Amino acid sequence: MEANRTKKELQERGKNKPDRENAVPNGISITEAGRKAAEQKEPQRTPRRLADAAVPVFDRKAAIKAMEEAALSRREENDSFLSVCKRMFRNNKVAAASGVILVIYVLMILFADVIAPYDPAVVNLMERLQPPSMAHICGTDELGRDIFSRILYGGRVSLLVGLVPTSISMVIGIIMGLLSGYIRGLDALIMRLADIVLAFPSIVLAMVVMYTLGASTFNIFIALSIIGWAGTARIVRSQTLSLREMGFVEAARSMGVSRTKIMARHILPNCLPSLIVLFTLNIPDAILSESNLSFLGVGAQPPDTSWGLMVSQAKGFAISSPWMMLFPSLAILIMVLSLNFLGDGLRDEIDPHLKK
Amino acid sequence: MIKYVTKRILITIPILIGVVFLIFVMLSVVPGDPITVMMGEKVKPDVIENLMERMHLNDPWYVRFVWYIRDALRGDFGESYKLHRSVSSVIANAFPKTLMLAVTAACFSWIIGIPAGILSAVKKNSIIDRLFMGFALCGVSVPAFSVGMLLQNLFNGILPVSGFSSPRHLILPAVVLGWGAAGTIARLTRSSLLEVLEEDYIRTARAKGLMPLRVIVTHALQNSLLPVITMMAIQVSSLLSGAVITETLFSIPGIGRLTVDAINTRDMPLLQGTVIFTTAIIILGNLVADILYSVVDPRIRVEGGK
Repeated sequence: MEANRTKKELQERGKNKPDRENAVPNGISITEAGRKAAEQKEPQRTPRRLADAAVPVFDRKAAIKAMEEAALSRREENDSFLSVCKRMFRNNKVAAASGVILVIYVLMILFADVIAPYDPAVVNLMERLQPPSMAHICGTDELGRDIFSRILYGGRVSLLVGLVPTSISMVIGIIMGLLSGYIRGLDALIMRLADIVLAFPSIVLAMVVMYTLGASTFNIFIALSIIGWAGTARIVRSQTLSLREMGFVEAARSMGVSRTKIMARHILPNCLPSLIVLFTLNIPDAILSESNLSFLGVGAQPPDTSWGLMVSQAKGFAISSPWMMLFPSLAILIMVLSLNFLGDGLRDEIDPHLKK
Repeated sequence: MIKYVTKRILITIPILIGVVFLIFVMLSVVPGDPITVMMGEKVKPDVIENLMERMHLNDPWYVRFVWYIRDALRGDFGESYKLHRSVSSVIANAFPKTLMLAVTAACFSWIIGIPAGILSAVKKNSIIDRLFMGFALCGVSVPAFSVGMLLQNLFNGILPVSGFSSPRHLILPAVVLGWGAAGTIARLTRSSLLEVLEEDYIRTARAKGLMPLRVIVTHALQNSLLPVITMMAIQVSSLLSGAVITETLFSIPGIGRLTVDAINTRDMPLLQGTVIFTTAIIILGNLVADILYSVVDPRIRVEGGK
């Protein structure tokens, strides 16, 4: 009991000095006033470099680099995720609207059986290539299938492709990042591995993996997981590196807490906010990658359908029946944009320094 | 400086070897008999045996990996199963087309991106700014082939929508390929210029009574374009590799198309060659960008050299 209390106190003290630089060497935290004075001496100046957060978050590699650097240079106070969301809804109308759209969208996809006016697989050659009308609000495709219904059902695959590989790759990335950041001996090995994965143009690597495994929806999950973990690992690693030097981790270590426990209980929870942001930003990325793979013929295979596959099936009809490509593209656009805005908004709230 | 550059180059070598290794291992485990791919179903057993021996296919994969590395260092990436020509000559034939496409796309992205970024920064938060940034966003939020098909539809009859026989054929693919890059350039120019505009010397220049346009062109632009220039180096290499989709959609016989064809025809040496080639170009592009940036901004050199 006594030991627990001390641990908590030490943790609190650790949390109260967010900057590594402000800690004096013997480990005693300097006074609040001193800390403020130190902060004022170094006015916030955004570093101007390529990896600057100013590079749009839609450029994945740049975003990874920026978040990595942000994590290395400073630590923020921790808020609960809920309070962050509340703040975002108050401050950022675009992100809030995106969140609402997203919820409606996901509900529509989940309840596709109820909403969809037609069976997405029923072929009706009498009504092939119909332009949008009251009967078919998004028109029909070359086999007379209702595009709106297909978008709703195809959304399930696209959502799955967004969620499953992103989750798997995040889990791998978190484990790798923690190991790399906390255990010195593994750092070089894991980071070189990550470098190699990041060196590939992701679409080309995905193509090779799909070629090796064979094209199917399930294998997309594997391919995108293999590609996606490296970015997460680098961000988690850089956060671990700065967290491991902090007072509360040192306190836990000195009390003999095992390495696994320190990583899981002390370091990981502090990485969570940026991981949530990364998660929202990785989903659209996965959805776009799946579209590209499907377009190249190594992604989702019929009779499965996804938005990417729908657009690529419209390839021969781009000129004669543009609605075939237009509506699935719009479906992707809305999903990706709202996820990106949401992720952007969350990031701004969690780490105001990165605000554009 | 030399120390930083050497270090940066030395880091590149193991990554390059790792890339080759990863691709090699992945493609080695693909089921399928290369002889069948090459010669069809009806081949005499002794011919198969002979070919297997000649192509070192009987050796375990790690022996073949060493052979491959040794040959690759001499510029020999094996022979394509389907085209019956050396992979390096096939790549050498396709690369100029991809290069032409990428350079056109890069030029397009700069011509559009930089002015758009400057205009957005100068008229910050105006309608123009919002419009440009909105365009940039939408461009990267749909798959490239969606944009491509839309353009094919809109410009059908005005511009050629597929093939590669005249400079006019390059216009649409270059726009599709350069679209995302233009957005990135515009956003980077905007944020970089906005930052420079807050510097003291800009205030001084304004206080001197210089024309606002002159302040931007002669004072601010020079400094704010530094990060943009290095971004360009990265982009040329990523455009070269991003051409997979564009080349497939517009039927351009470049490297990207070659990669897709190699996958469809299960032509392993060709696939290996194109993937390694593309990745090497990306790695090289990043290397050049890093070095270029360290020349322009010495702060990187000091931090990175530690």
